[in-house]
Amino acid sequence: MKLNFDALIIGAGPAGLGAALSLKENGIDDILIVDREDSPGGILLQCIHNGFGLHRFKEELTGPEYAERDINLVRERNIDILLNTCALDIISEENHKTVVLLSEDKGLLRAKAKVVILAMGCRERNRGNIAIPGARPAGILTAGFAQKMMNMLGHPPGNEIVILGSGDIGLIMARRLSWEGARVKAVIEAQAYPGGLNRNIVQCLHDFDIPLYLSHTISNILGAKRIESVEVAPLDHGVPAKPEGRFSLACDTLLLSVGLIPENELSLKAGVILDPATRGAVVDANLMTSVEGIFACGNVLQVHDLADNVSEEAACCGKSAARYLVGERVKKREIPLKTGNLVRYVLPACAEVGKEVIVSFRPISPAQNVTLVIKTDTEELLRKKERKIFPSIMHRINLKQIPENAAYLEVSFVSEEK
Amino acid sequence: MNNEYDVLIIGGGVIGAAVARELSHYKIRIALLEKEFDVSFGTSKSNSGIVHAGFHSMPGTLQAELCVEGNRAFDRLSEELEFPFERRGSLMAAFSEEEIQILHMYYERGRKNNVPYMEFLSQDKTLEMEPNLNPDVLGSLFAPSTGIVCPYEFCYALVEDALQNGLDLFTQEKVVGVRRGSARSVEVETEKGLRLSGWFVINAAGLYADEVAKAAGVGDFEITPRKGEEYLLDRRVSNLVRRVIYPVPTPTSKGLLVIPTVDGPVMVGPSAVDVESKTDLGTTSQGLKMIFEHAQKMVPSIRTSDIITSFAGLRPVATGDDFIIGPTKMKGFINAAGIQSPGLTSAPAIAETIRGILLKEGLKLEIKPDFIARRRGILHIRKAVEDRDFDKVEDAIHIDSGYAKLVCRCENVTEAEISEAVKRGHTSMDAIKFMTRAGTGRCQGGFCSSRVMKIIEKETGTPLEKISKKGPGSEILLLPFAKGKQD
Repeated sequence: MKLNFDALIIGAGPAGLGAALSLKENGIDDILIVDREDSPGGILLQCIHNGFGLHRFKEELTGPEYAERDINLVRERNIDILLNTCALDIISEENHKTVVLLSEDKGLLRAKAKVVILAMGCRERNRGNIAIPGARPAGILTAGFAQKMMNMLGHPPGNEIVILGSGDIGLIMARRLSWEGARVKAVIEAQAYPGGLNRNIVQCLHDFDIPLYLSHTISNILGAKRIESVEVAPLDHGVPAKPEGRFSLACDTLLLSVGLIPENELSLKAGVILDPATRGAVVDANLMTSVEGIFACGNVLQVHDLADNVSEEAACCGKSAARYLVGERVKKREIPLKTGNLVRYVLPACAEVGKEVIVSFRPISPAQNVTLVIKTDTEELLRKKERKIFPSIMHRINLKQIPENAAYLEVSFVSEEK
Repeated sequence: MNNEYDVLIIGGGVIGAAVARELSHYKIRIALLEKEFDVSFGTSKSNSGIVHAGFHSMPGTLQAELCVEGNRAFDRLSEELEFPFERRGSLMAAFSEEEIQILHMYYERGRKNNVPYMEFLSQDKTLEMEPNLNPDVLGSLFAPSTGIVCPYEFCYALVEDALQNGLDLFTQEKVVGVRRGSARSVEVETEKGLRLSGWFVINAAGLYADEVAKAAGVGDFEITPRKGEEYLLDRRVSNLVRRVIYPVPTPTSKGLLVIPTVDGPVMVGPSAVDVESKTDLGTTSQGLKMIFEHAQKMVPSIRTSDIITSFAGLRPVATGDDFIIGPTKMKGFINAAGIQSPGLTSAPAIAETIRGILLKEGLKLEIKPDFIARRRGILHIRKAVEDRDFDKVEDAIHIDSGYAKLVCRCENVTEAEISEAVKRGHTSMDAIKFMTRAGTGRCQGGFCSSRVMKIIEKETGTPLEKISKKGPGSEILLLPFAKGKQD
């Protein structure tokens, strides 16, 4: 098997597929995509609900339908995908990267590539990460694992369900399991506002009369073999209420939907520097990481709300990786992007003056009647009123041209003066 | 089935396992009864994995004698049985002049207990050996013979070797009756109605040893469960400490430790709280807070945000606090009870003690000429992947193509390793986890659980919905509307 490539892409979800298509469109033919699963598509394959593609295709698709469009294009364009293959390591050498692959069919491979695109997606935070006290019986699952068991293998996880965390996967599973005849007794959220998209709160909880307890947490888990109940505690400024203020919910299953973490262990092995706010790589405006020749896009870079945004980011990434491959480098000055008032993070970390940049960012907390301001040290580039902002909604703004004289770029949400 | 044995061992924890392996050297019939789905599923599974040097125990106690003797046996045992064991050494770190004085007391205890090579280390030397310790440390007591071990694999290895040498293992058999049988034999009856008889019965029932002794009519002690919570940290911070770090104990507790594990990640704990219930295995927010406060005093860079999982175990503390090992008023019924810390370290010595008691009580022990001393460990590729030694991975794939199928990507566990664990009889998710580490990493099985379940299904023919975390009642999936509760 051929083991030399211009570009090697790790992950065949919407990010990897999108990056491959974009590389091809920009003149790069020598591409390999690897994926650990036995079919391409990534997590989209288990997301059988609709709502995908509204922005990109102007129609409402399911996850597998959305994935299929990219998979078909990749096949039509004869881009190779090596399935059942895990990337174990990335080693930087003089003019290329060696990617060590473990393939079910081909054994251990040392593939060489001029460019590596990280598109490994993300994983779910679990019980250990949030240290819920109590027993450790069966029946405690992440929402994504439950989704895989339900949608891919046809096994519902249980009958009486409590969901901790109001992330989108948890909300979607509340509806999915209700349809299967399970009783979803409550969704518990530690924050004072929901973690998922508003449309999911309405369609997945309100439509099924599932109560949402905001500012509550699970303070104990009971059960010997299988989970029997959870103790729910109201939170007052993050502190659980005294035992007498708590209540118990009987259940046989607890689903955790408490956030996603970009899966960057491989990136760390490659020497890529991560941003503590996004837990993804620090990248420049070309989505290149701190290691020259290694790019990143999709949920491994920053957790997105919509697959459509992942595809858009992947297209940018493929395009700039293609430019890099033909020898185009940053020519002008690069300036840093900074977080201002109410902004949790801004991506990329820097951008080239005189060039276009797509800026992604999320607010630190919900707020009402604020103004989004993007400015340099000398001028304001954008000012836009936002009636409501939520940490669950990512903002993506395309700035056509960064002024040549800028020293930095700052994104902030400013409270309106009355 | 022939239900007559020479020796029946009640309890498949590390003590029962060590006794079974020791006795399997001889031409006698042995049976091991375990109430759980797999061996090591009781107290042993929550063990901290420390092979203590023996300077904590009061001189003259059984604990002191057996701990030091047991410690010495680990080099040979780990070589014969291929379980992970490393003599990393330990430091007892002192943070005040008063604590420095107490170090001298422990040094003296250790000396009386025959602990080898102990020495006092200055502040500089202590920090040179463990640079992440709190720089306020004033000095430490170094014990190079302290080791670390994988507690479950130690237990599994002992049982696997005993099985190779003819042991009969009965899991999911809870002993409810012990009575005098025909002639001088003892008859044991389980909850499910299994009846076995033996000339001798070894009570290694851990937390339930008092109940088993009562069933035999010789219940002159109580077992109090003492809970210990432990928190496992991310592999990313594995280099926090190289050795076991003990604080200077308080009058009530050995204190909270920072523990390296043979698998890499660092663990902090265990707490020590007497509890009412023998099934109370819950972790608590108070425990978490207390453990991290103490651990951070010794190693300030420890963070709660690095926790990947937590668990709790119950130490079986017997009346009088020491081990209870020896014959009872019922002829043939021998206790190996109250085996709390340093129980795992003492296990090899306890097994030898039991052998001696059996000889004295009249059991004829004739060595098996065909005894198999070696047990083959499972070949793991995790370390080779971490060390970038990919040739080793290729070698493994040549032996078994299943090594090319990565199942758990956090801990780099392949299908070959999981299939082998299943073939050795470990068919629950917890046992696979203990045996191979699949699911112990940072995603805690989020990605690999369904794959592991499919391998168990393929190897054993067990349908997915019957596959459990730790035996019947803990199935991972529930059949829809199987037992929909009404409220």
